[in-house]
Amino acid sequence: MRRRLPFSPWHLLLMPMALIFVLPLIQMVLTSFMSTAEINQFPPKLLPTTGLHLEGYKGLLTETPVVRWLANTVLVSAIAVASHLVLCSLAGYGFARLKFAGRGLAFVLILATVMIPIQLLMIPTYLMFARAGIVDTLAAAFVPWLASAFGIFLMRQFFLGLPVELEEAARLDGASTLRTFISVVLPLARPAMATLAVFTLLSSWNDLLWPLVAISDDAKFTMQVGLASFQGTRRTEWAELMAGNVIATMPLIIAFLIAQKKFIATMTFTGLKG
Amino acid sequence: MALTFAATPRSAAPAGHRRRDPRRRALSRHLTGWAFAGPATLIVVGLSLFPAVWAFFISRAKWNGIAPATMVGWQNYERLAQDPDMAAAAQHTLLLTALFVPASIVVGMLVAVALNQKIRLIGFYRTCIFVPYVASAAATGILAGFVFNPQFGAANEILRRVGIPAQQFLESPNQAMYIICVIALWGEIGFTAVIYLAALQDIPKELVEAARTDGASPWRIFWHVTLPELRPVTVFTAIWQTITALQLFDLIYTTTRGGPLNSTQTVVYYIYELAFQTQRLGYGAAAAYLLFAVTLLLSLLVIWYGRRRGTEAF
Repeated sequence: MRRRLPFSPWHLLLMPMALIFVLPLIQMVLTSFMSTAEINQFPPKLLPTTGLHLEGYKGLLTETPVVRWLANTVLVSAIAVASHLVLCSLAGYGFARLKFAGRGLAFVLILATVMIPIQLLMIPTYLMFARAGIVDTLAAAFVPWLASAFGIFLMRQFFLGLPVELEEAARLDGASTLRTFISVVLPLARPAMATLAVFTLLSSWNDLLWPLVAISDDAKFTMQVGLASFQGTRRTEWAELMAGNVIATMPLIIAFLIAQKKFIATMTFTGLKG
Repeated sequence: MALTFAATPRSAAPAGHRRRDPRRRALSRHLTGWAFAGPATLIVVGLSLFPAVWAFFISRAKWNGIAPATMVGWQNYERLAQDPDMAAAAQHTLLLTALFVPASIVVGMLVAVALNQKIRLIGFYRTCIFVPYVASAAATGILAGFVFNPQFGAANEILRRVGIPAQQFLESPNQAMYIICVIALWGEIGFTAVIYLAALQDIPKELVEAARTDGASPWRIFWHVTLPELRPVTVFTAIWQTITALQLFDLIYTTTRGGPLNSTQTVVYYIYELAFQTQRLGYGAAAAYLLFAVTLLLSLLVIWYGRRRGTEAF
């Protein structure tokens, strides 16, 4: 007979693992409240020993337009999410339910774009935006986020899975296509739209490469670009860097902690229907 | 989905269909369709297919973006084949991919199995393991620079406690790529684990029960029942993470910027430098096309392998 442990042996695996994933983030937050002297000692201290220091945040606020960066990111992400929700659900519905000339071809073209890496697109897109005169403006940062093949595909798959009878009933009652879409179909599409919103928010908020390429005026930087460029000049200002990290990541982390059950449900919703 | 359709009997169709000219009706159907699908299609195709085709023409030119371009045919591609920097970048990228993809599958699956246990604190564990996925790669890179700092970083402190001498980590050409792989895993495991967790919960309980009644050990159940059921997810994860590894940029930008001694210079980083640091647009575009070809090839390979093993993941 094996003796039962007072607790499940899985804890022995999960506890250290959880610490590995979460301790660096805790250290990031705590370090942002330390003085430089405290940070530069070895062995490192996890907890601040000389009270809370706000030098990191103060330095960041005076040396960089960090509030502006955060506002830019909020704006870019808000536009990205709103536009994705509207345009991708419209298009997804069009491809799932409406029959029109060129539908098959258009959909194949959209699917074909999924495999194209951003590195291939950034050179001509930069040139295009330069000609349109929007390089170095916030528009350059959000235009590529207005819609995506992933979003169209996700919404189409979802609409294909809905039973068609409800829509037919609405149509027979004389509702127009748009009306049917708005008042019958969209209310059912909330789980798919939540997934789309979460993915768009995460990827537009965290994007570095494209805004790095498209924007060089530091008042137009997004938070990630600002942070990376600040790091480029102040490699050793750890208090300020960690303060910047906290500002750049905490909004999403807090949103995640508040809505985590839904958040994780939305993440799994994707993958597998796609 | 709990929906009742009983309230809308088909026979209750309203009388009096408007009879319109069938051609006008067809036209309005096409217009409605395009009004729905058009805007998003225009944006997606306009911002990817069109630039992709343009990039091909750029890849056959010598161009700094300002002076007039000279068409050089396949010369950029020929030079790429002999470019030692490109060869090194490809090697680094392959090393990263070869480490990252299997590791994220194995670790992700292991974490998912652990997270699937019905034990106390499981919700807490799930939260902890998923949080890093939400943090941006740029911030993760900066944080990693701190944790792996050779002078006062926590990583060296842990090594010191177990009696291993201090390491240079990201500042050592021999270690930097491995450390970057570890950091990338730290950020991505949450996603892989959640996908696997969902798949584990979708496995019919009867399958596992039947095997257990037949006296199979937990290990055999995992190997012969669970693993085959997870195969479609594994194909999906393999492709997804291959693309992630091949295109890893943000993390490298905020940790090593390709150094030390170019040891973490990957293909995407090289493309970025060519096009936006040294303004060699044509050459950069050619390198980007090469990356595209490799991505496509690897993805098709994974799909083909999955199909051969009888998995229709796509």
